[in-house]
Formats: sequence, structure tokens, C-alpha cells
Amino acid sequence: MPDLLNEPVEAPKSDVLGEPPVHRDAARQQDVFEDPPKSSSKSSSVKKAASSEMFGDDDDDEDLFKEPPKVVTKKPQPSGPPVDVFTEVKSDVKVKPQVKDDPTDLFAEEALTAPAPKPSAGSSSSRTNGVHSEEQDLFSEVRSNLHTALRGISHSVSLFFSVSFFHIKLEEEESEDKFDLNISITNPEKVGDGMNAYMAYKVSTQTSLTMFRSKTFTVRRRFSDFLGLFEKLSEKHSQNGYLIPPPPEKSILGMTKVKVGKEDPSSAEFVERRRAALERYLQRVVSHPSLLQDPDVREFLEKEELPRAVSTQALSGAGFLKMLNKATDAVSKMTIKMNEQDVWFDEKIQDVENEEQHLRKLHVMVESLVNHRKELSGNTAVFAKSVAMLGSSEDNTALSRALSQLAEVEDRIEQLHQEQASNDFFTFSELLADYIRLLGAVRGCFDQRMKAWQRWQDAENMLQKKREAEAKLLWANKPDKLQQAKDEITEWEAKVTQYEREFERISATVRKEVIRFDKEKARDFNRQVIKYLESLLHSQQQLIKYWDAFLPEAKAIV
Amino acid sequence: MEVSSAEAALSVSASSIRITDVTQDGDVLTFALTSQKLDSSAGVCVFRIYEDFDWLQQSLFSQENLPGLQGIIFPPLPSKALPSQSNTQTKALKQLGFLALGQDWQSYCKALEFYLQQVAAHPTLCKCKALDSFLFNSESPGKQRGRKGIFNRLSQAVEEMRKESHKDVDNFFQNERNKNTNLAALSKVATEKLLDVVMTEQKLALACGHFSTSLHLCVNQDDASAVAFSKVCLKLSDVIEAVKRNLEKVASNNLSTLGLGLDLESRYQEAEKEMLFRRTCKLIELETVKKGTEKAKANKREVLEAFQKAVEKEFNLISSVAKQEIERFHSSHVNVLKNFLIGWCEVQLNTAKEFAELYSQHLEACRNMYSE
Repeated sequence: MPDLLNEPVEAPKSDVLGEPPVHRDAARQQDVFEDPPKSSSKSSSVKKAASSEMFGDDDDDEDLFKEPPKVVTKKPQPSGPPVDVFTEVKSDVKVKPQVKDDPTDLFAEEALTAPAPKPSAGSSSSRTNGVHSEEQDLFSEVRSNLHTALRGISHSVSLFFSVSFFHIKLEEEESEDKFDLNISITNPEKVGDGMNAYMAYKVSTQTSLTMFRSKTFTVRRRFSDFLGLFEKLSEKHSQNGYLIPPPPEKSILGMTKVKVGKEDPSSAEFVERRRAALERYLQRVVSHPSLLQDPDVREFLEKEELPRAVSTQALSGAGFLKMLNKATDAVSKMTIKMNEQDVWFDEKIQDVENEEQHLRKLHVMVESLVNHRKELSGNTAVFAKSVAMLGSSEDNTALSRALSQLAEVEDRIEQLHQEQASNDFFTFSELLADYIRLLGAVRGCFDQRMKAWQRWQDAENMLQKKREAEAKLLWANKPDKLQQAKDEITEWEAKVTQYEREFERISATVRKEVIRFDKEKARDFNRQVIKYLESLLHSQQQLIKYWDAFLPEAKAIV
Repeated sequence: MEVSSAEAALSVSASSIRITDVTQDGDVLTFALTSQKLDSSAGVCVFRIYEDFDWLQQSLFSQENLPGLQGIIFPPLPSKALPSQSNTQTKALKQLGFLALGQDWQSYCKALEFYLQQVAAHPTLCKCKALDSFLFNSESPGKQRGRKGIFNRLSQAVEEMRKESHKDVDNFFQNERNKNTNLAALSKVATEKLLDVVMTEQKLALACGHFSTSLHLCVNQDDASAVAFSKVCLKLSDVIEAVKRNLEKVASNNLSTLGLGLDLESRYQEAEKEMLFRRTCKLIELETVKKGTEKAKANKREVLEAFQKAVEKEFNLISSVAKQEIERFHSSHVNVLKNFLIGWCEVQLNTAKEFAELYSQHLEACRNMYSE
């Protein structure tokens, strides 16, 4: 163990993450889960050690709190957290050395595919650790499949940010198989009339993955289709602890306006908001390596006509949350007393809940910001008009002209404010809303794990009861019922083993899902911050142009 | 009224008049005033309160033996500021508009400064003894309650409104009155709208501040991803903080340049309006007297005719002063607005450049922070 911590950068071959990527077929999974569960206790203690090592290693956490207000002095630390994560993961993995069938793991693979750290935001994709390029040779033969999956993750993250029709090709052009799966949702069109009308969206996929029939294809889908996809995925995978990305919210008011045919800016905004949300939803789904393999997902992207999804009422935004809350309530009613091995889970769920609260607060603030910005835009327009009128009443020609120019400048500034408001909104408000929903889904994963635990405990109890029954029979000397009792004991013993194994499996899955989620979240947010800054910068540059153009006009007044 | 240069020359350099400091003691603001006589290089510093300014204004209004005085466009004095706690911002805004905003009464002081400069630069008004004693007497002149001139704030009685729209005998003046009415209204509106913009900018800045602070809630050190996420949140917090400072600066720029300028413009248009109204009142008086004279019986006629001649002479004097004043006003108001516009543009341009630079640095830092 100490070795591991001292040489975090080397030979990951034996220190791989025990569980191979989950999208492998079931047989694989079986191999993995024959490991004795006791290792999980070690893993948490190792992790703790790793954590402390991790924070001891670098001064990042100090930077966190002493961050000077002036940006200039901040040193970029590209090798900071990412390396730490790697360390943590590897130490985690160390305890399950048996699993060698898949020497490559999710994170080593990342190392392979990572190019030198790129400064530009566009190259979001590959994993954070650029340090392990020397391992490429070792894993070339299994590279392709996992590579695919990872590219999926990393690429979808970069996909997340463009709202345009087709996405830019990613910058890491490597000699290995190129994976890309670009999804865009466009052309919202109203189909039908009156209250039966609905919006149909064009879902375009561009990919080089072999599992699809062609390289580019387009289908039309409506909102309930997306909900239907979620329902199917949820049914199949959530009980295994997978984090199923939640769909966008249903909105009765928004849709009614659209159905009724109101052609006003608020319905246009609603449609655009929904389109963007659906796009992000799909991108998250396909970026999940296991979900991508699900035939329903493929069908959703490829099939011409989908059967109309029914019973999606339960899965509307409010319905979804209700469902989650019901599950949570049911869980809290159980007598939960998890053992200390799972302190990671205890801490994590607490973190998740805290974070959800924080994000809700932030969301409220961003909404307030957006409203003020819109108000500012309105006021600026009114001011521009008043200046224009002043200008046209002024006798002095040069002054009159300067005032009209001023009015025009203010009009353009108003435009900028409008754009900025929309930017604030889409960059942050929607991001926060997405993550609030996602955190709810994370809670759902934890609940599923609880359910599995409960199932296991119930089976243990039942086994105990059966044993007692057998003992009673022995004592009461009823040999005829004894065989049945013995059979039942065997049956329940098997169940106990099975449920215990399932619980271990779910725990591992949930943990992995959460780790993946956390990383993506940090990246997501960073991306959005960069995007926001870019647009801020752009606005400022526009402003500079406007003022530069106005100055000579003002100076020309005589 | 011809101003002969042989008369008492300007004794003070208008541009040297400065309000250098203001202190607040409960309800009373005391202004430190420095100025320089033309023939000396030494500055003189005195302390004045608002009542002193008011005394000056009243003294200017009530100068005797100044024919055509009513034709002068008097530089407008800002209303009295009431800094007490009970005076909420809304009340202050209603009363003073832009001058109520800004740090430490800066805008208000600037407005008072302009007032004094305008008085000192006026060819006729600068000769008023009251100005000298106001600027140079160490003792505050305001202690003597001056006679109230006849030119206090015109109330908008119905009768006044009727008089205001009385048709003029002179096209030049009729035009001027129309234009002035128009401009006064429009500049008032523009000032108000700009005030709205500045208030909203300040509100937005406040909202950014809240957002920026709240991002600190998300700091969590538990594991590497949490650390990474926390860093992003803190970075965003910095960025939003920068946005907030940007907005505050933009608002303060608007306030100190264009806001001040539009406020001055709007009050000056009002001052012109008051002058034109005084002349119109005189015109009405003249016409009334004329009618009376025409109807008068022979015995009274001579007296009335003499009276009429006097009124007519007064009216003509006022009109000729007014004409000069109007021309002077036209060229100076263009100049004043020009300077404010240039100042505004320059300061906004600088702010935009400064923050473009800052955002660019933040962007660079962000891109480097997360090597990918």
C-alpha cells in the first residue's frame, strides 16, 4: 500500500480499478464479483490514506482559500487535482489485485488517450491525466473498446456546450480509432393543431461507431418519446445502481402557449429552452458507457417511427421528483443501519444533499440576476429613445447628430444586455437546474443501494428464521418436515449469497457512477465558466468598438 | 443693457472655483470652497453651507439698478440636500435626482461648483458684490437673511399656465419659447431615464454580489473531485465579482459624467423657461396697460401714456437682454453637453478596456486551471 502512494505515477498495470467498465457483457461482470467482499473495508481505509496523502502532496487546497482577487497572480496548476484523483482511484483499486482480465481500466485508459494538456476550452474531451503516456504500449490490444467508451464520455462533455447545428471536430486527432458521436437536436416544428398539437424535434446523429447502421442519420422525435426513453432505461438499469440522466421537465403552461399558437417571444424562448435541454439530456445518455450499449438508446436514435410512449405522465418533471421522493421516503422508513465499511457512502450522501441545497440557492440567485439584466435592457432601450428625441429637437447640427449617435450606441448596448441575459440564463440557470435534477438522480442511486441492502438483510433474517424452524423441528422430532426445512434453508442460503453479491455489485456501481458524475460535474462547470467568460469578453470588445466610434462624434461638436 | 468693460472687472477666475471638501454634521453639510482672484496667485478658502448659496442666489435676483435684470437666465441652483437619516433614498432621488446618488455627495458638490462657475463667468452677474463676499469673506454671509427676490420658484398656478401660453409679439421669442418648452421636457425625461438605467445597474451589481458570495457555499474539500469543483466555483465567484465591479464602475461613470450633464442641462432649460416666462408676464402687463390707455378718458390718458412708455421701455430692455442671454445660452449649452459627452465616452471606454483585460486574464487562468 505505501508503495502505491509513493509512486502514484507508475505502472498502473496491477493497480487497476477492480471493476471493468460496466458495459462489458455479463460474463465479465461475474468474474469481477467473485472477489471476496471483505476487500471493500480495506479500500475505504486505503482511500482515506490516499486522501490525506493527496492533500499533503500539493498545495492546491491552500490555493483554494488564499486565492487572490487579482487573477494575474494565479498560477495555473494543471497537474493538481487530476493527478490526485488518479492516485485515489488507483489506491482504491489496489485491494482487488485479482481482477486482471481487464488490465486496462477506465482511468488508465484515460491516461492513454490524453494528449498534452490543451489550453483551449474546445479540447475538453480526454481525461485529465496527461502524465501516463508511457503506458500506451502496454494496452494497445484492448485499447479500442474502452477507448471508445472513454471518448464517448469525454466527447459528450464537449458536445454539451455547443448549441449550433453540427459540432466541431475534436482536436485530439490520434492514430487510434476515432470515436465520435455527435448529437444535435434542431428544427422544432409544431405538428397538428389545437390542444392535440405537439412539437417534433429533429434528432441528428453523426457517428463513426460501428454499432450504428450508418454514419449520419436523422429521426423526428417528440417530447414524450424522450420521456419514454427515460422510463425504459430507468426500468432496466436503475435497480443496478446506475445513474440514469433525468429528462427535462414537462411544462403545462409552456406547452399550452405553444399549442394555442401564441407567437410571442416567451413561447419561442420556451421552445428553445426545451430544445437545448433535450439535447443535453441525450448527450448525457450517450456519454454513459453502459447506457450507450442499451438497444433502446440505439433504437431511439435510429428508428424511423417509435411506438408512442404511454404512461409518461408519471415521468413529468414534477412526477419524476415525486417518484424520487416516494422512494426516499420508503427508504427512510426502513430500519437502516449500515455498517462502518460504508462510511464513504454516508459522507457522500450527505455531500449530495448539501450540494443540492446549495445549488438550489444559487439557482434562485441566477434567476434574479437574469431578471435584473432584462430590466436593465428595457431601461436602456427607453433611455435610448429619449436621447433620440432630444437629438432630433436640438438645433445645433453637430450636437443633434452626436445625440442621435448616442441613442444608437445605447440601442446596441441594449442588445448586448439582452444577449448577456440569455447567456446568463442558458449558461448558468439551466446548468444549475440540470444538476439539481441530476443530484436527485444520484440520491436515487443511493436509494437503490439501500433497497438492495434491505433485500439482503431481509433474506438473512429469513434464513435465520428457517434455521430456527429447523432447530425446532429437530427438537420436536418431526423428521418428515425436516427435509423441507433443510431445502428451504438451502434456498435461502443461496438467496442470501445472491443478494449479498448484488449488494456488493450495486455498491461498486454506485460508487463508480458517483465518481464519474463528480468528475463530469467539475468539468461541466468549468466549461460553462469558460464559455461565460468568452461571451463576457466578447461583449466588452463590442462595447469598446461602440465607444471608440462614438468618441470622434462627440469631439466633433462645435 | 450694455456692459462696459470700464466697470468693475471680473475679480475672480471662474475656472478656479472649486469645492474641495464636504463635511456632514447631522443635517448640515459644510462645503469647503477655494477660488482664486484674477490678479493674484493665491487661493482663498472659505466654508459655506447651503443657506449661503441660497443667499447668493437671492442677492443676484434682487439686484437693484440693473435694467433688464429679468431678462437674465440665472444659473440654476440645485435644491437643498437633506442628508438626515429620515430622508430615504427615494425621497432624496425625487428631490435631487442624480445629485442624490454617488459617493459622499460628489455629484452634489460638482453641481454647486458648476453653479458658482456659471455665476462667475456671467458678464453681468459676476459683478455682483454678493459674489465677492460669498467667495472671499471668511465669515459666512448667509447669516443676513437676504430679501427674497421676486424670482422664487414659479408655482404652477392655473393662471401661470395661461400666461405661459400667451402668444408672443416677436417671432424670435415665440420660436424660442416653443423650442425651450420642448427641450426642457425632453431633457427632463432623458435625465429620468438615465437615472433608471443607473439604478438598475446598481441593482444588478448587488445581485451579482449575492451570487458571487453564495458560490462560496459550494466549497468542499472531501475528495479530489470536490476540490476540483470547489475551485471552479471559487473561480466563478471571482468572475462574478469582477462583473459586479464592472457594473458599479459603469454606473458610477454614467452618474458622474452624462448624468450630471443631463441634470445640468435640464435645470438650465428650466432656468431659461423662467426667464422667458418673466418676459411674457411683462408682455402681458404691457398689453394690459396699452388696452387701459386706449380706453382711458382724456384726462387720465397722459398719465397712463407715460406709464405705458415706462413699461414698454422696461419690456424692450428685458427683450434685448434676453436675446443676448439666449444666444449665449445656446452656444454654452452646446459646449457644456459636448464636454460631458466626451468625458462620458472616454471614461466608459477606459472602463470597457480595463474590464476586457481583466476578463481576458480570468479566461486565461480558467483555461489553464483545468488541463485536459
